[in-house]
Amino acid sequence: METILQCENLTKIFISGLIRTKSIVAVKNVTFDVKKGEIIALVGQSGSGKTTVAKMILRLIEPTSGQIIFNGKNALSYDKREYYRRIQAIVQDPYSAYNPFYKVDRMLEEVFSLYENNPSPDERKKIIHSTLERIGINPEEILGRYPHQLSGGQLQRFLIARPLMINSELVVADEATSMLDASTRAGILNLLLSLKENEKISVLFITHDIAQAQYISDRVLMMQNGEVIEEGLSDRVFSHPSNPYTKELFDSVPQLHKKWEF
Amino acid sequence: MARHLLEIEELRGYYRGIFGIVRAVDGVSLTVDSGEVMGLAGESGCGKSTLAQLCSGSPNPLLHYESGKVLVNGTDIYKIDAEVLRTEVKCQYMSYIPQASMDSLNPVKRIRDFIMDVTMERTGQKLPKSEVLKTAGDHLEKLGLNRNVLNLYPHELSGGMKQRVVIGISTLCHPNLLMVDEPTSALDVTTQKLVIKSLVNLKKAGVIESMLFISHDITVLGQLCDKCAVMYGGKIVEVNTMDGTLNNPLHPYTQALISSVVSYDPERMGKGGLKSIPGAPPDLRDPPPACRFHPRCEYAMDICQTKEPPLEAAKNGSEIACWLY
Repeated sequence: METILQCENLTKIFISGLIRTKSIVAVKNVTFDVKKGEIIALVGQSGSGKTTVAKMILRLIEPTSGQIIFNGKNALSYDKREYYRRIQAIVQDPYSAYNPFYKVDRMLEEVFSLYENNPSPDERKKIIHSTLERIGINPEEILGRYPHQLSGGQLQRFLIARPLMINSELVVADEATSMLDASTRAGILNLLLSLKENEKISVLFITHDIAQAQYISDRVLMMQNGEVIEEGLSDRVFSHPSNPYTKELFDSVPQLHKKWEF
Repeated sequence: MARHLLEIEELRGYYRGIFGIVRAVDGVSLTVDSGEVMGLAGESGCGKSTLAQLCSGSPNPLLHYESGKVLVNGTDIYKIDAEVLRTEVKCQYMSYIPQASMDSLNPVKRIRDFIMDVTMERTGQKLPKSEVLKTAGDHLEKLGLNRNVLNLYPHELSGGMKQRVVIGISTLCHPNLLMVDEPTSALDVTTQKLVIKSLVNLKKAGVIESMLFISHDITVLGQLCDKCAVMYGGKIVEVNTMDGTLNNPLHPYTQALISSVVSYDPERMGKGGLKSIPGAPPDLRDPPPACRFHPRCEYAMDICQTKEPPLEAAKNGSEIACWLY
């Protein structure tokens, strides 16, 4: 399988203060790669630097050192339009991802600005409808509505239509299911799995929830204090963790059919 | 027979505002016996927290108590004076820890001053400082905290410590019943385990007799609860033993909820197998008639749309509100 994204020795140091500066090492020497059609889970507790990695990949912040190579070229050398055509993000809070004053359609209309040829209004409508059907949304039900009229699960599902419309290669899902209820969460996870199966879109799935990471990922990276402490195929890591911290973390996860001893 | 610590009968509480009437809790009956840990599960917006607020006797603005009874140790809290409720029932018989209560600590006060204020308010007299701090210190040690926490300010504590301090403060007077609303949802898994452990220890040490534990995460409930009530759309649909709920759910909603739970299992290999529930939770301003789950239920029959199923005893000591049983 070809590698589409490579992160090499990514480091990010945040500096705060003017005179007495204080530096915080958020991410330290993180190296990993994402292959085509693969779901990678980035797991860690709060403050472990997961989101900082995502922001660097999305070019929202620049790494202090190290580099991101996307499809054989340095990520920073891409034109931004071109870059965001190939990498898309799904964020945690679907309600704040939409502008409450506009209908949700606008979210997909905006994507056409990333197209190389400008499709006519009829074509646009056709593309939107067929994409929505592919992800299991009835277009009649959702188009022409405002964000507050839809549920969190519907909005999140709708956002996933964006990478599909422009044939993105990588989706960065930062805590994409954390705000959803158990019943809708399973639907989004299954949708991401089907993206991988049917469209060969790679997903970088960032989460603090070990259960979700186990459910969805092919490979997993465990992060602690900005460093990757364990990496491997998820079948191996989740059943036989080798790092003591990972082990302790897994022991604290409540299981459905097993009780803790007190 | 076990004593009923909390008895809720046909309780109704509505939110009234310019948005209309939201029937958040609509005819709920539930009993918590002494020595029991009752879990309350359900999706967001199903009325779990509203139910707990109503049981605490002082609901938020906009939430109105409509009808029904809430008996705490035999006293109907909506029949007695608010001042009597505050001084005599709360903290002595029951204590309620609301959601996100760990942010309610006063940032400019040390924990010990906070505890002094609380004890003075509760006992009505000024007790010697050393005595109060000694008992408070002992109490916090039961929760696995260091005595020195008393001298710290809230910002010096981590989330898990703050949560345990709040639990400590609300159980200072050894209430019979403790109602906790989502105590662990803002915490990491390791701290979550610590907080749950300290709650179980409190019960073991005899500080509290029974607990009503509210959580949206049914795997957490499974770790500490004896019984479990599942809510949907402002009503209780199933009351069962915790093991029964997890292993042999009866109500279609509980079945769907359990099959959609993403849970960690070290032995599991491979992917797939999760089902999501089609449709969206009901709008409680205009809930579906009769059974509130029927638009999303795969077993829906004609009767489900016309007549509301009562919460009735079914097999194995469970109570189900469904026409299937």
